[in-house]
Amino acid sequence: MTMSLSVKNKDTVRAFWAKVSPKAADIGADALCRMLVVYPQTKIYFSHWKDLSPGSASVMKHGAVIMQGVADAVAKIDNLTDGLDQLSQLHAFTLRVDPANFKVLSHNLMVVMANQFPKDFSPEVHVAMDKFLALVALALSEKYR
Amino acid sequence: MVAWSEQERSIIANLFSNLDYEDVGAKALTRCLIVYPWTQRYFGGFGNLYNAEAIKMNPNIAAHGVKILHGLDRALKNMDNIKETYAELSVLHSEKLHVDPDNFKLLSDVLTIVIAAKLGTDFTPEVQATFQKFLAVVVSALGKQYQ
Repeated sequence: MTMSLSVKNKDTVRAFWAKVSPKAADIGADALCRMLVVYPQTKIYFSHWKDLSPGSASVMKHGAVIMQGVADAVAKIDNLTDGLDQLSQLHAFTLRVDPANFKVLSHNLMVVMANQFPKDFSPEVHVAMDKFLALVALALSEKYR
Repeated sequence: MVAWSEQERSIIANLFSNLDYEDVGAKALTRCLIVYPWTQRYFGGFGNLYNAEAIKMNPNIAAHGVKILHGLDRALKNMDNIKETYAELSVLHSEKLHVDPDNFKLLSDVLTIVIAAKLGTDFTPEVQATFQKFLAVVVSALGKQYQ
């Protein structure tokens, strides 16, 4: 279920991202940490890490990596499929993350955005971000089969 | 039957005892109708839902959001018997209101986000996990009579 972004949606995403990007690494780490706690089945993708606890170096570092991907997606918002081609290949052929998990991470990203930016994460921002993250997930799934 | 640890029971009890139903209920339903506009189909008789502003200012929606939130009190009071507790409400939603059960999950996700916005640092990963577990059990119970 993905609907394309309107001009207004794109402007909303870009504006909100500009506001929160200084804290992107924090947001990523918090979202990843929540995903691992609230959806323990996602831990299997990180079985190579010694420490999966909140605040661990691995979680902090990887949270930042994920958010660099999100930042990239914001910059390429006008053509996510082409723009995220390499990341799609990575997720499809190397990481082989079950695409159902993209939705899980998206939910946790939005929980953190609401939690850290309650005044800014209005319903209008929420709907734009929800659509955007769904389209990012779709672009990441492109190469899967 | 779902198992609840002492800590989970305490987290849920605490969350609800500090809950501002008027604020959270109104915000949750309003947000659901804006983020997932197809859910507006169930509110044809509620007045102006023309755009986000209208929905936010609609007193019928606000009041109904509070009512829905108080619906969770039943689960709170009967945590060891949520399935049976919601049998009647499940029939209501399937037979009378004809609500697609997928929508229960949508509202539950939105409610989680509204609570996350409200509780700030108190909304720890652990609290989130417990609250989402609680909502998942309620959602499952509400869907039971649909078969």
